[in-house]
Amino acid sequence: MIAFNKYYNHFNVLSTVLIVVSLLLLIFKGLNFGIDFKGGTLIELRSNDTKINVSTLRDKFSQMNLGDVSVKKFGSDNDFLIKFENKDNKKNIIEEIKVNLDKSFGNNYDFRRVENVGPKVSAELLKSGVIAISLSLAIMLIYIWIRFEWQFSLGAILALFHDVIVTLGVFSLFSLEINLSIIAAVLTIVGYSMNDTVVIFDRVRENLRKYSDIKIFELTNISINETLSRTIITSATTLLALLAIYFFGGEILKGFSLAMILGVIFGTYSSIYIANTVLVRLRVSQKTVLREDDSK
Amino acid sequence: MLYFSKLRIVFITIFSLLFILIASSNLFKFDDGFFNKKINLGLDLQGGSYLLLEIDNEPVIEQKLQNLTTTFRNYFKDKDIKINNIKIDDKYIFFNVSDENKQKVIDIFQDENSEINPYYPRFKSHQLEIEDTGFNLKVNFSRQGLITLKTSSQDQAIEIVRRRVDEVGTNEPNILKRGNNRILVELPGLDDPMRIKSLLGKTANLTFRFVTQNDDDRFGVEKLEFEDGTQEANVSKRIIISGENLLDAQPKMDTQNNQTIVSFTLDRVGAKRFGKATSTGIGKQLAIVLDGKIISAPVVRDTIASGSGQISGGFTFQSATDLALLLRSGALPAPLNIIEERTVGPDLGQDSIKAGMIALAIGFLLVIIFMFVKYRFFGLITNATLIINLFILLGVLTLFEATLTLPGIAGIILTVGMAVDANVLIFERIKEELKDEINNILAFDGGYTKSRTAIIDANITTLLAAVILFFMGSGPVKGFAVTLGVGIFTTLFSVYFIARLFTSLYVSKNKNSGKLI
Repeated sequence: MIAFNKYYNHFNVLSTVLIVVSLLLLIFKGLNFGIDFKGGTLIELRSNDTKINVSTLRDKFSQMNLGDVSVKKFGSDNDFLIKFENKDNKKNIIEEIKVNLDKSFGNNYDFRRVENVGPKVSAELLKSGVIAISLSLAIMLIYIWIRFEWQFSLGAILALFHDVIVTLGVFSLFSLEINLSIIAAVLTIVGYSMNDTVVIFDRVRENLRKYSDIKIFELTNISINETLSRTIITSATTLLALLAIYFFGGEILKGFSLAMILGVIFGTYSSIYIANTVLVRLRVSQKTVLREDDSK
Repeated sequence: MLYFSKLRIVFITIFSLLFILIASSNLFKFDDGFFNKKINLGLDLQGGSYLLLEIDNEPVIEQKLQNLTTTFRNYFKDKDIKINNIKIDDKYIFFNVSDENKQKVIDIFQDENSEINPYYPRFKSHQLEIEDTGFNLKVNFSRQGLITLKTSSQDQAIEIVRRRVDEVGTNEPNILKRGNNRILVELPGLDDPMRIKSLLGKTANLTFRFVTQNDDDRFGVEKLEFEDGTQEANVSKRIIISGENLLDAQPKMDTQNNQTIVSFTLDRVGAKRFGKATSTGIGKQLAIVLDGKIISAPVVRDTIASGSGQISGGFTFQSATDLALLLRSGALPAPLNIIEERTVGPDLGQDSIKAGMIALAIGFLLVIIFMFVKYRFFGLITNATLIINLFILLGVLTLFEATLTLPGIAGIILTVGMAVDANVLIFERIKEELKDEINNILAFDGGYTKSRTAIIDANITTLLAAVILFFMGSGPVKGFAVTLGVGIFTTLFSVYFIARLFTSLYVSKNKNSGKLI
C-alpha cells in the first residue's frame, strides 16, 4: 500500500500554489484567444514554392494594412497559418489578399482553410463557451450533491475547479491558443475528472460503511489504494488514445488533445490529492454516510 | 450477474450483428470515398463552406415606418382627423392631433380590430405601440411587431438565398434559419465561396427611373452615382418598373457592338408601364438602378411595347451572368452581412480524415496492446468487446446519419480510451473479490454487482458533459459531443452485455481452475 496520505499536506500546498499562480496568470497575462473568440481572419496556406516562407509572407501581409498580422508555420514546412484582426471587417478581404499574393507568388500557393469570424459572432461564441463551462460545473455539482453527501460534493467541485483553472493556467503560461475545440476539451476534462473522483468516492463511502474504527485519514488512503490500479489503467489507456491524437491526428487537433492530456493528468492528481483531502479536512466519518442512509 | 438466458444471448448477438452490418455499409465503399453516404462527413472533413448571414433589418424597419406614415395620413384623412407634423425619428413616428381627437386616435390604435394596427391574439400584442408624450403622439413597433417583421423578412430572405444558391448549382446545400435574423448556409464541396459570397452580398434591388434635371419632381429626386463611380446623375424617385416586374433575365451577346448584355422579359403590368413610359419619355434618359447605383442610363429612342428589353453596362460575361441570376432570383428584403465564414479545402479535409484514421488506428492499437499485456485472457475479451463497440458506435452514427467531424473522430478515439474503464473497474473488483472468495462464479458475480454504481456514476458525469456540449457547441464541436455521448451508451451496452457474455461463458467453463484473473 502506498502512503498517499503522508503527502496530503504537501500536495495541498502545491495545489494551492498551482491555483494561485494560474489565477494570477489568467488575470494578468490572460488567455491567447483565437479568432473564434476574438474575431478576425485565419488563413491556412500551403505553398509549393520555397520562395514562400514565414518572412516573405509576413512582408506581404503587413503591406496589406490588415492590422495585427501573425504568420506561423503550421505542421509541415510548407504550411503556414496566417491570422489577422480584419479590424474594419472588410467584405472582400480574402479576394483582395489573393490578388495581392498572386502578384508576388503566382499560382504557387493554395488556401486550404479560411475562417472569418465577425466581432458579434466571436462575442457570442465566447459567451456561450463560458456558459457551457459554468453550466457543466453547476450540473456536476447538482449531480454529485444528489448522489453523495455535501462534503463529497465540495471535494469533487474543488477538484474540478482545480483542473479547469490549472489547465487554463498552463494555456495562459505558454500562450497556447484558446478556440472552440479547447472549450470542448475543458468540458470533457470536467466529465473525466468527475468520473475519476466519483470512482474513488464511491469506494470511500463503501469503506466508511464497512469500517467504523478507521479514521478518514487512513480510510481515504485505503480507498485510493484499492482503486489505484483502475485509476492508473484508465488514465493510461485514455492518455494513450490522446497521445495518438496529439501525434498523429493532425495540426488542427493538437491544441485540443494537449488540453485533454493536461486535464487527464490534473484530473487524476486532483481526485487523489484534492477531493480526498477535503474529506479529511471536513472530518468525514461513518456518521456522515449513515445519517444520510437513515434519512433515506 | 453471470447468467444469460438463451433468448438473451440470441438477442445480444442479433443486436450486435445488426449494428456491425449497418456500420460496415460505410466501410465497403472504402475505395470511392471513405465513409459513404450513410455517415455524413462534416464540412471540416469533406471540404466546403460555412457561411452565417445576418439580415440587416434596419432599412426594412425604416421603409415600413415610411410606408406607415402614408397609411396614417390616408386613414385619418378618411376619418376626418387632422394629423400634423408627422415625422420619423430614430424608429419612432411622431405626429400631432388636436386634443379632442387624441383619445380617439389612441383608441383606434388600441382596438383589437384596428385596421391600421394589426392585433396578434396569440401574443396578446399589437403590431404598434402608441404613447402620448404630452407634446405629441409617439408610435413605434412593439416587441412582437418587431419579431413578426424580422421573421417575415427572414422567411423572404431565406427563399431568395435558396434560389440564388440553387442557381449556382452546388451540390446539396444546407440552408437553415438561425434565430430570427440569421441564415446559415452550408455548401459542401465548395472550396472557393467567392462567387456565392458576392451573390449573397447583393440585395439586387432593381429599378428603372428617369433621369431628371428638374429639382421639383413631384416624387422627389435623388442624386445617384454610376456604378463605375465616374459620374453622378439626378434620378427621379418615381419607379417605372422594378425587379418584381421581371419574368426572366438572361445574359446575351449583343451582335451589333459585341457587348455582353442582360436581356429581360417583363410581366404584363411591367410591359404596360414600360411601354407607356418609353412612349412619353422619348429623348429622356432612363436610369437602370441596382442597389442604389446606376448601371447605365440609356436614352429612350423608341417606344418599347414588346415587354422585353436589355441592360448594357460594360459587363463581362461573368458579371452579366451573375446579374441575370440575381434578377431572376429576386431581390432580398434587406441586405445580408456575412458575419461568420469557415471554408475548408477538399485536400485539407482529406488530410484530416487520413490523420484522424491513423490516430484512431494507433490509439486503438496502443490500448489493445496495453489491455492484453495487463489482463491477458480478459484483455482479449475487453479488446474483442472494444472492436465490437467501435462497430456498434459507427452503426449507431450511421443509423442516425450523424455528421462526423474531425473533433468527432477525436471523440471516437477518446471513447476507445475511456471505454475500457468500465471493464477495468469490473476486473479490478473481481480481483479484490477473489482475495477472500474461492468460488470463481461468486467472485465474478460480486465483481460485477459491486462495481456497478461506480460505473454508472462515472458514465453519467461524462454523458452530462457531452449533452451540454451538444447544446452549447457549434459545428465540428457538436460532432465531438455526438460521438462522445453515443460512445457512452454503446460502451455500457458492450461492457454489460457482450463482455459479460464472453466472461460468463469463460468462467462457467473454467470455474474450478483456480483464480481466473
